[in-house]
Amino acid sequence: MVEATGIEIRNLYKIFGPNGAEMVEKVKAGMSKTELNDDYNHVLGLNDINISMPGGKIQVVMGLSGSGKSTLIRHINRLIDPTAGEVLYGDDDVCQMSIRQLRDFRRHKTAMVFQKFALLPHRTVMQNAVYGLEIQGVDQKEAAERASRWIARVGLEGFEDNYPNQLSGGMQQRVGLARALTNDADILLMDEAFSALDPLIRMDMQSVLLDLQEELHKTIVFITHDLDEALRLGDRIAILRDGAVVQQGTGQDIVLNPADEYISSFVKEVNRSRVILVDTVMAAGQKLEGGLSIPKGVLLEEAAKRFADSGEGVANIVDASGNPIGVLNVQDTMRAMVTPAEH
Amino acid sequence: MDLIEFPSLGRRDLRDLRLGVDGAFKDFTRAYGETLESIFEPLKTFLVFLEDLLITSPWPLVLLVLVGIVFLMSRSRTIAIGSLIALCLIGFFGMWEDTMRTVAMVAVCTMVAVVFGIPIGILMARSDRAQALINPVLDLMQTMPSFVYLIPVVMIFGLGKVPGVIAVVIYAIPPMIRLTNLGIRLVDQDVLEAADAFGSSGWQKLRNVQLPLALPTIMAGINQCIMMSLSMVVVASMIGVKGLGQPVLQAINNQYFTMGVMNGLAIVAIAIIFDRATQAYGRRLQKHSEVVHG
Ligand SMILES: Nc1ncnc2c1ncn2[C@@H]1O[C@H](COP(=O)(O)OP(=O)(O)OP(=O)(O)O)[C@@H](O)[C@H]1O
Ligand SMILES: [Mg+2]
Repeated sequence: MVEATGIEIRNLYKIFGPNGAEMVEKVKAGMSKTELNDDYNHVLGLNDINISMPGGKIQVVMGLSGSGKSTLIRHINRLIDPTAGEVLYGDDDVCQMSIRQLRDFRRHKTAMVFQKFALLPHRTVMQNAVYGLEIQGVDQKEAAERASRWIARVGLEGFEDNYPNQLSGGMQQRVGLARALTNDADILLMDEAFSALDPLIRMDMQSVLLDLQEELHKTIVFITHDLDEALRLGDRIAILRDGAVVQQGTGQDIVLNPADEYISSFVKEVNRSRVILVDTVMAAGQKLEGGLSIPKGVLLEEAAKRFADSGEGVANIVDASGNPIGVLNVQDTMRAMVTPAEH
Repeated sequence: MDLIEFPSLGRRDLRDLRLGVDGAFKDFTRAYGETLESIFEPLKTFLVFLEDLLITSPWPLVLLVLVGIVFLMSRSRTIAIGSLIALCLIGFFGMWEDTMRTVAMVAVCTMVAVVFGIPIGILMARSDRAQALINPVLDLMQTMPSFVYLIPVVMIFGLGKVPGVIAVVIYAIPPMIRLTNLGIRLVDQDVLEAADAFGSSGWQKLRNVQLPLALPTIMAGINQCIMMSLSMVVVASMIGVKGLGQPVLQAINNQYFTMGVMNGLAIVAIAIIFDRATQAYGRRLQKHSEVVHG
């Protein structure tokens, strides 16, 4: 399989208002969102965003309400034009594409799930799901076949002929999901795609996404304000505040080394045993004779379970070919699970 | 200076102005009248054909077809039966032929209004400049007393069906255009954004999203258009359009009270039938957008 292409966001600014271009200079000179709003009546949407989203991976974008998540994701398929900056997909700058190139890019490379669902109210579930393929000109029968697979996969089998207004909010969101997945595009843009789902279905949809990812390796941009969801799904996480990136890295990076107060408050409540890997806690380079061994890349939660089951207090951490690379003991495991990072 | 009398052009100047404009228009009529008439020839042929069809076909068949159409549109037995009774009464009181002429006239006028109104409405919805330009024209069409634009129309086309259709369409097309424009502009931005995100072209967006979602509003425009066409039949009868308007006009001139009321009521009956059928159809179109869960 070809390596999926990543997305590079470089020096991206978005300022809402009639004179955005002029205001960029002021923002670059350090003007804050509040000042810009009070003195110039412009809204600072995004402030110097630089994110490199790896191809074939899930990039999560987090942040509180109004931090600019939806604005950011809309720049990737240019539903919003930036005030300054670049959005690169491979060698192409999405912001420089002609109308026709952009249309083709949207048709064949991207699919999007919307925070507010944005279903076509006059079309049935099935007709909504095939929308992207219809636009591409895919044969009706084939489109319906592909769509019904995804409709079933999101658990809406039997509702194909219902209209969106006959479904609950969570069901509507899954129609949006099926519509995007049916498109089978390289880039999947998901704006709070699971926010309207109940916890059980939400877990289920997260698994669907992870399974899908295992198979297809799409480049997924996933927006959420649920940290647990971010940690479960995200290969990388970027945290936004007031339109700027305050920290980015792997889930573990963020939980272990929160960049500031804002992020510590985010990560305080998180279940650390489901984020931190044994590799991070082990004493590297050491080695025991015999005893328990735990593969590297396992979560602390799993390690704790193995300690408990076996009754041992120390274990070798081994790599894929079974060679020991370090030693982990129960105390360190416990300590890492309960100690929040200091700030 | 005299502050009581408003300073105006002299009587002579005014007369010259009038004569000048009228003269120029008469020349125009003489030069292009026939060309214009020939352009409208197919419309006239179609109207005559429809009229003949309704009048010369056996009445039970016409009755059945009309009531059938009403039922198909409204899917309501009550409305269909109501129409049946109303049409039977109209026939019984000797107004069948006039009613058929009026129905044909209104049908053709509505068709013309739809054919021109919807594209113009779409144009207005797509461009703010077009909207700014067309809106005052529509205001003019709606407020100008119809008798005023009857004059040039009659000068060009003489008396008859074609000037009648033109006069009625001028009067009835503005709501068609306005509601098409409004309906398209009211389509939810989120849905349009989704259509964009999947790479719809402008045409695909119009066909797949904007028109279907605007359809209930457009139906309201068609309904308004029909109602206004009907309200014009009496005025149109003054320039030689046959139908229910003519007996009303005759009744006014001769103070035949009963005749006036009967034909007036027939117009009302047709208006109600058209109205209920189109409204029920519009409601059916809207069914899918009624309740939306958050
Ligand atoms: N079209 C617009 N015009 C002006 N300001 C806008 C516009 N769209 C968004 N904004 C502003 O940009 C900021 C970010 O909005 P955005 O919708 O991206 O937030 P969000 O992070 O998605 O929030 P939520 O979690 O509530 O969805 C907000 O301050 C908002 O007021
Ligand atoms: Mg949002």
